[in-house]
Amino acid sequence: MVKIHERKFVSADPDKCVGCQICEYACSWTKEKAFNPLKSRIRVVRVNQLANMAVTCRRCEDPPCVAACPRDALTQSEETGTVRLDADKCNGCGWCIEACDYGAIMLHPESKVVHVCDLCKDEGEPQCIKWCPEEALTLVTSDVLAQKARISAVKKLFQEAKKK
Amino acid sequence: MHGYAGRILYVDLSTGKTRMEKLNTEYAKKYIGGIGLGMRLWLDNSKQGVDPFSPENPLVLALGPISGTMFPTGGNGHAFVAKSPETFAIGEAVAHGTFGAEMKRAGYDAIILKGKSEKFIYLWIDDDSVQLLDASHLMGMSPSETEETIKEDIGDYYIRVAAIGLAGEKLSRIACIINEKTRAAGRTGLGAVMGAKNLKAIAVRGTQDIVPAKSEEFMDMVQEFHERMKGPATQKYRTLGTPENVLVHNALYCMPTRNYNNAHFEGADKVSGEVLNEKFVVKILGCSSCAMRCEHEVVVPEGPYKGTMTRMEYETLWAMGPYCGIDSLDQIVKGMELANYYGMDAISAGVIAGFAMDCYEKGILTQKEFGGIEANFGNSEALLKLLELMGKREGIGDILAEGVRIAAKKIGKGAEKLAQHIKGLEVTGYDLRCLKTAALGFAVSFRGADHNRHGAYAFDVKGKVDRLKAEKGRGKMVRDMEDNYAVIDSLIICKFSRGTYYKGLVEMAKLYNLVTGFDITAEELKKSGERINTIARLINIREGLGRKDDTLPWKVMNMPIPDEGPVKGAVVTQEELDLLLDDYYESRGWTLEGIPTKVKLFQLGMDSLSNIVEGKQEA
Repeated sequence: MVKIHERKFVSADPDKCVGCQICEYACSWTKEKAFNPLKSRIRVVRVNQLANMAVTCRRCEDPPCVAACPRDALTQSEETGTVRLDADKCNGCGWCIEACDYGAIMLHPESKVVHVCDLCKDEGEPQCIKWCPEEALTLVTSDVLAQKARISAVKKLFQEAKKK
Repeated sequence: MHGYAGRILYVDLSTGKTRMEKLNTEYAKKYIGGIGLGMRLWLDNSKQGVDPFSPENPLVLALGPISGTMFPTGGNGHAFVAKSPETFAIGEAVAHGTFGAEMKRAGYDAIILKGKSEKFIYLWIDDDSVQLLDASHLMGMSPSETEETIKEDIGDYYIRVAAIGLAGEKLSRIACIINEKTRAAGRTGLGAVMGAKNLKAIAVRGTQDIVPAKSEEFMDMVQEFHERMKGPATQKYRTLGTPENVLVHNALYCMPTRNYNNAHFEGADKVSGEVLNEKFVVKILGCSSCAMRCEHEVVVPEGPYKGTMTRMEYETLWAMGPYCGIDSLDQIVKGMELANYYGMDAISAGVIAGFAMDCYEKGILTQKEFGGIEANFGNSEALLKLLELMGKREGIGDILAEGVRIAAKKIGKGAEKLAQHIKGLEVTGYDLRCLKTAALGFAVSFRGADHNRHGAYAFDVKGKVDRLKAEKGRGKMVRDMEDNYAVIDSLIICKFSRGTYYKGLVEMAKLYNLVTGFDITAEELKKSGERINTIARLINIREGLGRKDDTLPWKVMNMPIPDEGPVKGAVVTQEELDLLLDDYYESRGWTLEGIPTKVKLFQLGMDSLSNIVEGKQEA
């Protein structure tokens, strides 16, 4: 079982994200030495000019992608929560893609097996975070996210209290 | 091949036939890409005297070699080139966003669109597959709605679309081509050229890899420029944005106000970049691969236009604000949204509205012709009504949509003197009467009145020269800036990022080489810039333009600045203009008639085009 403080993932702050797609280029460059958003493990969504957010694997508890795979090609690391692929077993059927609520696991356009964020384990740190000019991306745990939300809510409350 | 996709797509909209050709590498090296390559290809594919709305006027869509890479601002631009229905000279306009990168991944350096489809269609380019699809359900839609609908139709959220609005469909000469809701290839009316081909939109999906030639060094340079873009060179764009110019220009009395009746706007404080940012700006966006961010998204916070959202820049704010005597940002923002909705060049649309108001105040046009509108300066509701009429080509808007030059001619009664344009293209937000380096730049600009071909206003506004003086030496200043800007628009890097190239062309050459694997020096790149300006000139000569067209709007030369202040009485005389033109032509190695000499063409490796100047050298 992955411990709550070890299950880290890349989270985008929608207030900061501007939809520039630099994370996509940084990812595809790191992973494949090419600029190609289709080969990126993080994808940007711009719903409209004001609603931008990059989305990548959130390392769910009991990940539905892993559960959905009929060929046992996906497993979750017990230490880190990373979803790992056995490429020999994957036939690109896409059940994991259907199962993921975030669109974070994707079919590679050439190898035709799925790919998913591994936090750049070979580089030591996620390259999308390193490159993001807005510092919109951070490596967090669910617990840290909750902490941040609590702290900002309380700060806001006290600011408003001061005003009164 | 690196940087370039190596392919050009030809589409004949009359027959529906498409074919692929290899990119001529000599063209690539000589004209870089973007507007340079686009103009070279346009020349090859057109005949002298072609009407801008004729099927035989090719619309060229060209990318730069940097498009598709991660280079900040360099990765995302695209350029349209065609004969302009406004200027009847070469027209070009560059836009940024994500469209250019997608088109490069689909494997094209340029797309050449000729002919005219029987019915309105849109082009769907899916890597190698090119289809002409029915666009009847898209008619009358805004570019933004068109984009959304095509994404739905194709079923892919990530495809990129450049489209025209109603203005383009109705052949408004100020129609533009818009991608991603707010990014416009705005100037010179190329949306109408697209409309004349019955082409509503170009949609593209590209899946191929882009890999620079020298990738390690390239990534080092990307990193370096990411750092620079956080620094002072881009601060203006990241903070107040170009609307910062409102108060700067107003303080210098160089902000054309009420159709050039003034050079200073008493209501500037109400429409300043400061107020815009404080009350309207909700987010500052970046294009694909950009590390600086400039796109100020504004939302009207309250009142009848509450919730109106658009991008806002100085030029469009100025055109719909001070130029029409309007000091209400709510309506200016709404006006900008309307321009995007109909797909009109918002600068031209605002300038034409100011012209119409001037005609109204001088009694040249009456309330009757305006369909009951009291079109006084400062009437913001009149502005919005005029924009709607122009967009739909209804009532007086039908004439105004012809652009200010043709509209004035049709209106007559002295309206020509109120039409502030150069070569038919409406002026932009710099009062040329008191910015004489800029005046020269505007006069010789091959696409007509525009600040983006040279940026020569910088010398005047920043006090590097005496802005009220016309003197020798300005020709070379303009010429160097023009060459520089031609390189920028051909590599297609963003002009807002120009300050991050601390070593100017030296670093642009480095970038070009790292991406393409070429070994081109800064001097050679500068020469390409000169070549690109020269080919534009050659095209314009072929189309019948010359020194007589390198002129200034009537008011700039006949109506001195009336405002009490530092530049009262400033005007550009014919003598001053002649002095500036002579100096400029000389610095370019052109004749006094503004014709490139055969020797010059030979030096630039353009002797194959010397037939265009044949018999015109002695004049």
